[in-house]
Amino acid sequence: MANMYSKGTKRKFSDGVDNKAVAASYSLQRQSLLDMSLLKLQLCHMLAEPNLCRSVLIANTVRQIQEEMAHDGSWQVVTEALGGSGHGPSDRLVDTEVLCQSSEQQDGGPRLYSVMGYDGCREEEVVTDKALCSVVVGDRAPALLLGTIGHCWDRGELRVEDGVSKDSGTGEEEGTKSGEGAKMATGQVFGTFEIKNGAPGSDPALEELFSDVDASYYDLDTMLTGMQSAPKMGPYDFLDSLASSHGSVSNSSCRADLNELDHIMEIIVGS
Amino acid sequence: MEAFSCRCYQFNLLLVMLFVTADIISTVEFNHSGELLATGDKGGRVVIFQQELESKNQPQCRGEYNVYSTFQSHEPEFDYLKSLEIEEKINKIRWLPQKNAAQFLLSTNDKTIKLWKISERDKRPEGYNLKEEDGRYRDPTTVTTLRVPVFQPMDLMVEASPRRVFANAHTYHINSISVNSDCETYLSADDLRINLWNLEITDRSFNIVDIKPVNMEELTEVITAAEFHPNQCNTFVYSSSKGTIRLCDMRASALCDQHSKLFEEPEDPSNRSFFSEIISSISDVKFSHSGRYMMTRDYLSVKIWDLNMESRPVETYQVHEYLRSKLCSLYENDCIFDKFECCWNGNDSVVMTGSYNNFFRMFDRGYRQDVTLEASRESSKPRSVLKPRKVCTGGKRKKDEISVDSLDFNKKILHTAWHPQDNIIAVATTNNLYIFQDKL
Repeated sequence: MANMYSKGTKRKFSDGVDNKAVAASYSLQRQSLLDMSLLKLQLCHMLAEPNLCRSVLIANTVRQIQEEMAHDGSWQVVTEALGGSGHGPSDRLVDTEVLCQSSEQQDGGPRLYSVMGYDGCREEEVVTDKALCSVVVGDRAPALLLGTIGHCWDRGELRVEDGVSKDSGTGEEEGTKSGEGAKMATGQVFGTFEIKNGAPGSDPALEELFSDVDASYYDLDTMLTGMQSAPKMGPYDFLDSLASSHGSVSNSSCRADLNELDHIMEIIVGS
Repeated sequence: MEAFSCRCYQFNLLLVMLFVTADIISTVEFNHSGELLATGDKGGRVVIFQQELESKNQPQCRGEYNVYSTFQSHEPEFDYLKSLEIEEKINKIRWLPQKNAAQFLLSTNDKTIKLWKISERDKRPEGYNLKEEDGRYRDPTTVTTLRVPVFQPMDLMVEASPRRVFANAHTYHINSISVNSDCETYLSADDLRINLWNLEITDRSFNIVDIKPVNMEELTEVITAAEFHPNQCNTFVYSSSKGTIRLCDMRASALCDQHSKLFEEPEDPSNRSFFSEIISSISDVKFSHSGRYMMTRDYLSVKIWDLNMESRPVETYQVHEYLRSKLCSLYENDCIFDKFECCWNGNDSVVMTGSYNNFFRMFDRGYRQDVTLEASRESSKPRSVLKPRKVCTGGKRKKDEISVDSLDFNKKILHTAWHPQDNIIAVATTNNLYIFQDKL
């Protein structure tokens, strides 16, 4: 199993039942890898030491997987399966777009960019749903993912260099271009990572967040002991508090405080 | 320089010194004579060790080093404009060739490079005309004769003072610094740019490489390491996260975005996986002392390149091939992103690099032999020879072998250094510095 997984060779769907089982297992593991990678990207800014190289490598891995999935036609399978989900995936997409916009109004940059421009986002220990903007995917998945992640980098970078950074065009443009492609996927797969803003009633959503994460990748190489996934945490230890769903109230008040602070800063800075 | 010609598998390495540091060691570097060994740590401190004078005369005890100087090189900073904390961790230290009595080194954190002067003071002036020995001024009416202060010996004091601060030139995190053979300039490299500095001038640097794409969306590759050629002051190389090395000639143009040579090995299709790119990312590049070769370290191997051949390395050494089937777990726990360094011995016949479980590996280029050794207190009884270690990759585990599953991935040796002339090596585990020498 592990050997098969470590090779990224394409599987041909054929009539043999065995082949199908093998292919299905490969797809599952590939999906796990994709999930794991996206989670890493989102949590990039929570590392003790942010690392552009690491982020770029993970993003490239995600791109590779998505390219293979798109090429396989598996992407179509996934998206068709999600077509009947209750949430209009396009609604979900709109949500993320709205969030992108609102973060722009708040002095741009830091919160959004789990991937890049971490010059701008290092200190932000709070993960928000805005981070989700970076994981819109679709038929034109690779370009889109690039687009949104890069947009994040770009804005962070602009903020760093020019301090003026109101590059609002790109995000929306990418959003509308996504069209038929992006709508589908975001729904279930990446929507599960979405964290609702503010309200204490978001506990169930938070649990749901992690209930959908496929934990099987923890078991992929069970022979290795002592290798539990342990993203290096900043002082806030946000992930733990989310998972336990006890700390969410204090977190949301924390977040509210931060939002307020940013609002005040915005007034002072006069942006 | 004539170094010992023992083959590495014939090395009988003894543990000579073991230092426990307060903080995680982040860089280790011998100076050009090997008399001094500098370490930088996560807390921004630099500790310099000096080879004992007695041991320099007694070949049996060459490896005796003692603490010579300790100073705080970098402090944590907060960039208020960008709301960023800047870590004080020392990423690299590079010594300047010695020109006078004082020693100079460059140390850098993520953003700022500093030139430090380390000088000794073993005399002080005594016998002032107008002052008492304790510094109080004498009553002028009691001064009836003229005397001139003279220097008297005192206990040795080693002072480190910052002579230059090279700041504000890097948007991204500095990963490398390298002093040019002209001893006037040096380069500093971050993830996307390389700058050239004059050691005397702190308010200006020239950008010589810029790989930042116009659209950050298109960013797929970063700079991981850079180094000047040891002899040709116009030549430097930089490595990337895609496993390529570019050699640049500064005479060709001011901005060296066009490489003179591109070193890249074609991918082996039978080993292709989603992790191929990550493990091809080069974590360190080092020229040989001769300047004819360069060595690169990627996640699983060390490669030696002939500068005259770009198509593939001339030698490849597997550091821990048994990890290839574990890449997914190593990706999950981020170990796959660990940046191992590598180094040459004095006559370029042996190369060394670190691994996990406090193992480090040496490869003898001439005899094509390699050895795995361990830097740990349990396995390093003072004055007894280090025993080679072996990792069992499958099947029946022999006595004294360790199985892959028992390896401790938290115990990693990222930084090693080799004395420029002797067979003395410095190996840094998380917060222990081991100095080994070979038994004569």
